[in-house]
Amino acid sequence: MCSTCGCGSNENGVVIKKMGTEEHIHYHSDGTQTLHSHGHKHAHPHEHSHSHTHEIKLEQDILGKNQLTAEYNRGFFEALNILCINLVSSPGSGKTTFLERSITDLKGVADIYVIEGDQQTSNDAERINKTGAPAIQINTGRGCHLDSEMVSKSLRLLNPKPHSILLIENVGNLVCPAMFDLGEALRAVIVSVTEGEDKPLKYPDMFHTSHVCIINKTDLLPHLKFDLEKLRDNALKVNPKLQFFEVSAESGQGMGEWYQFLKSKIA
Amino acid sequence: MHELSIATSILKSAEREVENCGGGAIKEITLSIGKLAGVEIDSLKFIWSECMRNTVLGNAQIVIFEPEGNARCLDCGTVFGMKKIYDSCPGCGSYFKEILSGKELKINKLIIE
Repeated sequence: MCSTCGCGSNENGVVIKKMGTEEHIHYHSDGTQTLHSHGHKHAHPHEHSHSHTHEIKLEQDILGKNQLTAEYNRGFFEALNILCINLVSSPGSGKTTFLERSITDLKGVADIYVIEGDQQTSNDAERINKTGAPAIQINTGRGCHLDSEMVSKSLRLLNPKPHSILLIENVGNLVCPAMFDLGEALRAVIVSVTEGEDKPLKYPDMFHTSHVCIINKTDLLPHLKFDLEKLRDNALKVNPKLQFFEVSAESGQGMGEWYQFLKSKIA
Repeated sequence: MHELSIATSILKSAEREVENCGGGAIKEITLSIGKLAGVEIDSLKFIWSECMRNTVLGNAQIVIFEPEGNARCLDCGTVFGMKKIYDSCPGCGSYFKEILSGKELKINKLIIE
């Protein structure tokens, strides 16, 4: 029942693997040990002869620990001048193809590292590994999003060089990853033209927290009744500062502007 | 289902506070979950008892405040109530705004006994 470790089941625990090596980490992330293993560990070590209550005013952010670790990650990226982008979308929007194309086309321009998040399988990281980019696969088990601690632990295995680009492909889900800062400089939401124009209104939190919106699969537009302007208008209602890129990761159309944008960010 | 991560984070903070007090159990916990925070309170309540069983929060009463969404228009300065994150300014129609409330996700208070 636990999202981050699956309540002690190894099958559903978080596993982080570096592609092309035997290195991997199993771990029970943020809070999971406390969820089920020791309900009475902190029970009264001393006798109380009288009852008393303490009122503690906390005013503490519930996701404060994730935020703190995200800021550690951000400091690490800034110190090494690494551009970190968190790519979020629903499943099937073409994130992995978009990454494969970006890595292949930017060879010789920038060192690119990838962290892949999926509930199960290493399929995506294996695809990325074939492009030659060092890749880490995080399997979140039952978890529906990556968190900053998973990224922090992955960085130790990945060991990215200074002045490089780290692309994090989050778990395909337009809801949960919106709430978890990973320490990225930019959040990019990918939406494909085979989805509805009202996606930004249906899942506003993700569009509200993103900086960039990549509209993918534009090569399919002639076959679809899809109103690109309507999608942009809806996205701008949620987040008037969004910057758009219209691309087809399959055909390569529009990818040049995206590369120019990346280059401007690492210059 | 990020409500599970939310519940787990709440439990971790609560256990730390109980430990700091030298033990005990939580009688009452007060949370603020803004209406624009992206947390389904029904989902949180649904998983709460399962997550908290045999923990310091196992028998705690939960009080949840749900602050309404409010924003200030960045173009004309109007302060207005928001039901949705993409509501526009009723004064000038702009979507540029600063969210003043409704995104809260906090533990306000614990009563430990």
